[in-house]
Amino acid sequence: MNTGSFHSLRGSLPTAALLLVILGIIYTATEIIGSPVLGQFVIRMYIYLILVVGLQIFMGNSNILWFPHVAFMGIGAYVSSICSMEPFQKSISLTSLYPILADIHLPFLPALLVGALAAAIVAAILGLPLMRLSDFPVVITSFALLIILHVVMTNWHSLTNGPQTFFGVDQFTDLKTAAIWAAIVVVVACVFRESKVGLQLRASRDDSISAGAIGIDLIKVRWIALVLSAFIAGLGGGLFAHFITSFTPKAFFLTETFVILAMLVIGGPATVSGAVIGTILVTVIYQSLRWVENTLNIHQVFSGNVAGLTDTGLSLILIAMLILRPGGFLERRELSPGVPAAWLTRKRPAGASLTPQVSATQEQELK
Amino acid sequence: MSEAFGFIVSALSLGSMYALMALGLVLIYGILKLVNFAYGELIMVAGYTLYLLNGSPLPWLVMGFCAILAAIVASVLTEYIAFRPIRDKSLTAMLITSFAVSTLFQNAALLLISPRSRVVPLPDIFSQSIAVGNVLIQMRDIMAVVVTFVLLGALTLLLNRTVLGIALRAAADNMRMTRMLGVPANLLISMAFAISGLLAGTVALFWLGRTASVTPGIGLEPLIVAFVATVLGGLNSLVGAVVGGYVLALMTVGINTFLPQDLVDYRQAFTFALVILVLLFRPEGLISSKIGTGNRP
Repeated sequence: MNTGSFHSLRGSLPTAALLLVILGIIYTATEIIGSPVLGQFVIRMYIYLILVVGLQIFMGNSNILWFPHVAFMGIGAYVSSICSMEPFQKSISLTSLYPILADIHLPFLPALLVGALAAAIVAAILGLPLMRLSDFPVVITSFALLIILHVVMTNWHSLTNGPQTFFGVDQFTDLKTAAIWAAIVVVVACVFRESKVGLQLRASRDDSISAGAIGIDLIKVRWIALVLSAFIAGLGGGLFAHFITSFTPKAFFLTETFVILAMLVIGGPATVSGAVIGTILVTVIYQSLRWVENTLNIHQVFSGNVAGLTDTGLSLILIAMLILRPGGFLERRELSPGVPAAWLTRKRPAGASLTPQVSATQEQELK
Repeated sequence: MSEAFGFIVSALSLGSMYALMALGLVLIYGILKLVNFAYGELIMVAGYTLYLLNGSPLPWLVMGFCAILAAIVASVLTEYIAFRPIRDKSLTAMLITSFAVSTLFQNAALLLISPRSRVVPLPDIFSQSIAVGNVLIQMRDIMAVVVTFVLLGALTLLLNRTVLGIALRAAADNMRMTRMLGVPANLLISMAFAISGLLAGTVALFWLGRTASVTPGIGLEPLIVAFVATVLGGLNSLVGAVVGGYVLALMTVGINTFLPQDLVDYRQAFTFALVILVLLFRPEGLISSKIGTGNRP
């Protein structure tokens, strides 16, 4: 281990510790209250957290609007479910499954990792040629990749049961599993952000020409971040599948993309703390709106069923947020125990990296 | 012989819709560098306007104009409310905004109207057809082609002969310079969104004509089509967008006619794989002739 990675560990430690404390408090409170409804809600939040923090690793550090994230989540969900499902259940759920796969039966943890690995491999292969693009081409190609993966998921009947529901997955994801994985992912993201590759990626995000001039290989650092991000997406997908137990390819398409993007953007894509805070905030808002919607429907307040209230509300909040604070709540600085003091004295905290300062000076220049 | 004629007519009519869609997208992209994800929803807005006017005593032509007007108003308002405040801040933020606006429109339709499809009124002429040899040609196909040609002609005149058109082309070439020369940017951008709305509204009439119904999610397919056509035709070229539209339509009709059925399911995946390949090897699009001259900043 060289000094660089030691430095990255030290630099990211305060932020990671603070975020873990927040996650720990939520976990403990949920365990103490013990309400099943709350438990479901918090598991869902942890899964979102894994996905959003995973997206932050690539999109936040590279500033590339990245759509296929939920498709990688889908790959993780399908692959891990196929691996963990009992052969008998497979003969019911997936009638046209390839014989080689029919007898595979892995425990939950290996299945989860295989799913994540599958997502990472697909991302590594398909993503590599995309990494050198920017501007319009990268927006369109990333959108195109989401559509392609969605079309494949919808039509590969042998593996995914096509557009019909994929069912019969065992419910392995409980509160503890979700919380542990969320904690691991948050630490990974914090360390990555301060690591050599993370710093290089952020430097090239803020000024790609200068970054190139000091020898940063833009394609390589983007690609590493993408693969890591897709691995985490696959992990989140696996946890999601073993929580919800039945799903369709629609669960990994535009609606989900929008929710995850909204969480990241409202919180602040440039920081891990932003991703965490955004997820918690938006999950609470989103689930409250959903509760309102369900209540209205159960009591038949309006003649027809109310639909679309949740996403209407969320898109309004997102648009308002983008107008008022386009960088999100935590635009540049990570949350850390030292930050409030630093704000008061107007000095940079010891753990802060160089890049925020660079981007700050750049912004002044632009003005 | 007459089968070939039918093939050409359906490719031409589909291509006309694709070309207009791509044109509206490129117009905005050229000036703002914004890929407008909310663009497909303009078709939805026009569709629901027609649905709401259904049963009113107005003649259909008036309803059609109202629908186009609604698309224009929606387009201009979107720019005014959502894009203008963040225009100078961050491009990624603007992209996400357009994605959010798209979601907002779709879900507002879900919420206020219905998740189910709604019937839109169409004139009788849309369901009529004429026989050429032994092939039936739909009247609405012919109308789509004619209307598109008229619109393209008018737009060419506008862009080449009027102050507005010249300013639009200049802005697409170099927005900052155009502003420095005293062209009011806000007005110009509003006009671009208005033209973009006009194009989408016109396409909507023919797009809806195929199924005679409108759903909240109807905007996705035309949006995708516009993306692909834009990429094929070159991102910086209005002419390229039109050409790209027709090329894509030719490919689509060809695939539907000649490809085996189980591969047609994957059609979208194939077209998009093609798009990615084009962008990898020619990031400026297949045809990179520019609207104006000179380099972009």
